[in-house]
Amino acid sequence: MLNRQGRPTTPHAAANSAVTGTITGNRGLQMEEALIFEIGEEGRTGVDLPDAPKVKDRLGGLKRQGRIGLPGLSEPQVVRHFVRLSQKNYSIDAGLYPLGSCTMKHNPRLNEKMARLPGLGDIHPLQPASTVQGALELIDQLAGWLKTLTGMPAVAMSPAAGAHGELCGLMAIRAALKARGDVRKRILAPESAHGTNPATAALCGYTVDPIPATAEGRVDLDALQAKLGPDVAAIMLTNPNTCGLFERDIKTVADMVHAAGAFFYCDGANFNAIVGKVRPGDLGIDAMHINLHKTFSTPHGGGGPGSGPVVLSDALKDFVPVPYVVHGSDGYRLVESGDAKSFGRMKAFNGQMGMFIRALAYMMSHGADGLKRVAEDSVLSANYVMASLKDVMTPSFEGPCMHEALFDDRFLKDTGVTTLDFAKAMIDEGYHPMTVYFPLVVHGAMLIEPTESESKDSVDAFVTTLRGLAEKAKQGDQVAWFQAAPQLTPRRRLDETRAARSPVLRWKPGSNGAPIDKAAAE
Amino acid sequence: MRYLGLTEADRGEMLNTIGAGGIDALFKDVPAGTLNPQLDLPLHQGELEVERAFAAMAKKNVSPMEVPFFLGAGAYRHHIPAAVDHLIQRSEFLTSYTPYQPEISQGTLQYLFEFQTQVSMITGMEVANASMYDGATSAAEAVLMAQRITKRSKAVLSGGLHPHYRDTVATLMDQTDQPHVAAPVDLAGNEDLATLIDEQTACVVVQNPNVFGHLRDLTGLARACQAKGALLIVAVTEITSLGLIMPPGAMGADIVVAEGQSIGVPLSFGGPYVGLFATREKYVRQMPGRLCGETVDQDGRRGFVLTLSAREQHIRREKATSNICTNSGLCALAFTIHMSLLGEAGLTRLAEINHGKAVQLAEKLSQMKGVAIVPQAFYNEFAITLPKPAAEVVEKLVEKKILGGVPASRLFPGDKNLTNVLLIAVTETNTEGDMDKLAAALKEVL
Repeated sequence: MLNRQGRPTTPHAAANSAVTGTITGNRGLQMEEALIFEIGEEGRTGVDLPDAPKVKDRLGGLKRQGRIGLPGLSEPQVVRHFVRLSQKNYSIDAGLYPLGSCTMKHNPRLNEKMARLPGLGDIHPLQPASTVQGALELIDQLAGWLKTLTGMPAVAMSPAAGAHGELCGLMAIRAALKARGDVRKRILAPESAHGTNPATAALCGYTVDPIPATAEGRVDLDALQAKLGPDVAAIMLTNPNTCGLFERDIKTVADMVHAAGAFFYCDGANFNAIVGKVRPGDLGIDAMHINLHKTFSTPHGGGGPGSGPVVLSDALKDFVPVPYVVHGSDGYRLVESGDAKSFGRMKAFNGQMGMFIRALAYMMSHGADGLKRVAEDSVLSANYVMASLKDVMTPSFEGPCMHEALFDDRFLKDTGVTTLDFAKAMIDEGYHPMTVYFPLVVHGAMLIEPTESESKDSVDAFVTTLRGLAEKAKQGDQVAWFQAAPQLTPRRRLDETRAARSPVLRWKPGSNGAPIDKAAAE
Repeated sequence: MRYLGLTEADRGEMLNTIGAGGIDALFKDVPAGTLNPQLDLPLHQGELEVERAFAAMAKKNVSPMEVPFFLGAGAYRHHIPAAVDHLIQRSEFLTSYTPYQPEISQGTLQYLFEFQTQVSMITGMEVANASMYDGATSAAEAVLMAQRITKRSKAVLSGGLHPHYRDTVATLMDQTDQPHVAAPVDLAGNEDLATLIDEQTACVVVQNPNVFGHLRDLTGLARACQAKGALLIVAVTEITSLGLIMPPGAMGADIVVAEGQSIGVPLSFGGPYVGLFATREKYVRQMPGRLCGETVDQDGRRGFVLTLSAREQHIRREKATSNICTNSGLCALAFTIHMSLLGEAGLTRLAEINHGKAVQLAEKLSQMKGVAIVPQAFYNEFAITLPKPAAEVVEKLVEKKILGGVPASRLFPGDKNLTNVLLIAVTETNTEGDMDKLAAALKEVL
């Protein structure tokens, strides 16, 4: 069927119906959904706005000429469009989401409600301090929790995400080195580090020198000693590390790094394993970012927003970004300028307040007792997964692990099935795959993080599924089935090469409902 | 503890399976003496108790809903349709991760593709990415991108650039001792940046409308940049303006960075917001951040994936174009939904209302003794000069239960020429009654 512009009302219906065998290309509750630009038409809107005041404009002759090209949709059309899109997503609310290193835990709805309270969700960042005393108190309270939980004397609140927190930490380190007239050029980071570590170091002008791991998946102290020198600014170490292991020599590492005049940056992405159980401040670190969107459960939202406050040691606590909250005799205020030791500003305004609210609500709900339980249960579940699968899959390292269990692809050797195939088969079973091919230090990595949110029944069902898939892979005659997975999803495996070779990054007028060239696709 | 899934019996069984004598056996790698510290923190609480604590803190703030409200300066109060907040709270959007498994993330990927298209359209550019943290960090990333493209180091920053943007750029450039030249503060709105561009200049960063509200034609500056081989980066802090005014792309911008908060995202004391980042197609491989692209699945059906990831940190590590990973996904969704509801007609009308109301207030205030409107051409925000320090005036207005604007001294501390300058923003949320109250209160205070 065609609409008034001559566009098919269900674009690509032909290609889709050939697959599904239905006229629409739909498959029951799995609805095909066009782009909003293919649905909308001129002359329709989803908002009712009054007439604009009749005034002579003061635009200096810079009024826009011509149309923008945005489609017009009614509210029901918009709602249906986005509801249908939502139904194409996996989510933690719908099932176990074992993405290692990402800490996909339950997102309490109380936190959402708190973030929307009038007086919190709607206040402006530049209101006079006298009108935002509650907001400043809230930031101060959250800072207090973070300092107590980490055993660190200071925290920089403004970084917008983990990688931004890393940047903050390295900026503080650079400022501290500069203050003592020390110019250093190298950052040491394990080969297993998150990609953000070397990328952040490069942004700060450092070269990155990888430190190898031992056969036990931990920092090689001899190699570290050999790499340390007067030009090393810092080590960036994730703890628990990306292999899911606690760096048991971490205090020695700290001593070695400090003896060389360098600083110890800890990537706190995996803080969930030790929150309430171990204070990083007791381990000798100088700076660590905390992903509020991991450990403290502010929702991932399909890729953000996050928040990455950075706790700082005595040696770094003066070298903070602006703004920050201070408490004086006349209440709270923001220091936005005039601090000579501050290395400057990292973003506009006061930090990710919406995330602060959610994280503080999460902390207050759990309390010191609940947070400790979070760490214990997350570690318990990961070890349980490892113990339950070690006879059919291949753990990369001797346990116990922390909150995530790392496997490699040795168990798939000679089966023809790859880590990717195995992950895609999980999708048809109703699971989001674990993190795959990370960390880079083991072959065909599969990093499983069940989190403390799951019940034992849920973890057991997951284990049963993985056991079944591992056994199926080992049968030897199921390669084609694995390679064809997933088959039951809104889309099957997508052609990423095509996407990168001739990038189509936006809809354009005229491309409405253009039929996909099946021949080109094949 | 309502968020934990294991019972005591479960824990015992699981420890048995593992073969561990107790939970702390799993923490055996933790250095001696550091396990289980005493924490001086309260114990767990129920929903009701937590709600009470937050309500008490919220009550200590003045909500813009309670008072006439005229603050802007990079963050704007707009009405958000109810459907936006409802839809972004759907589990499948709220509680999903970055779309690394495209077969079960088509919802996120498709809205990112729609977001990229909307951002490209309104900025008048060819391509846009899937979001940055905010407008200021977008500006900083744009400068780095311009350095990569031009292989030059110097950035020229307009004197009308929001100081938070200016400082965010400077902080990042300082890390590698890159030169940046901040032009003198441009209250009059007549700076000529062309004279500052030389053979070392990678880019010029200019805000339009600028922080004092001046709306300027940048085509001349674009030509000057082009002549010297520098890129023009245009920052937009009030994105609804592009419903009414000529987009930066039409003026010759090479990169457009913007704060997208005005569409769909609540003020929330300054974050989280959503950085917009758009450029020319030929520069796409130098862009920071995630990009979503169209492709087909193995059955030939249209689908979407994250693409050109060879630019990104998880692949390229220290050679990546940026370290950004988590960005502003959910805020980008809110933007996309709100923009879809507005459509062409709604966005245009919204912008006309904002501008019309601002003109009305400017006319009202310009009749007051001692008050002068600074910009000739503006959108929904303008600086005014007062006969008294603006910060004092704002405090007096607070006593009269009016949030009357942002004193320029808040953004430019110590700048004596700006002591008496007040920034006033007007949006569709301001009623005529609000404006009358502001005018009346100002008359009393001045």
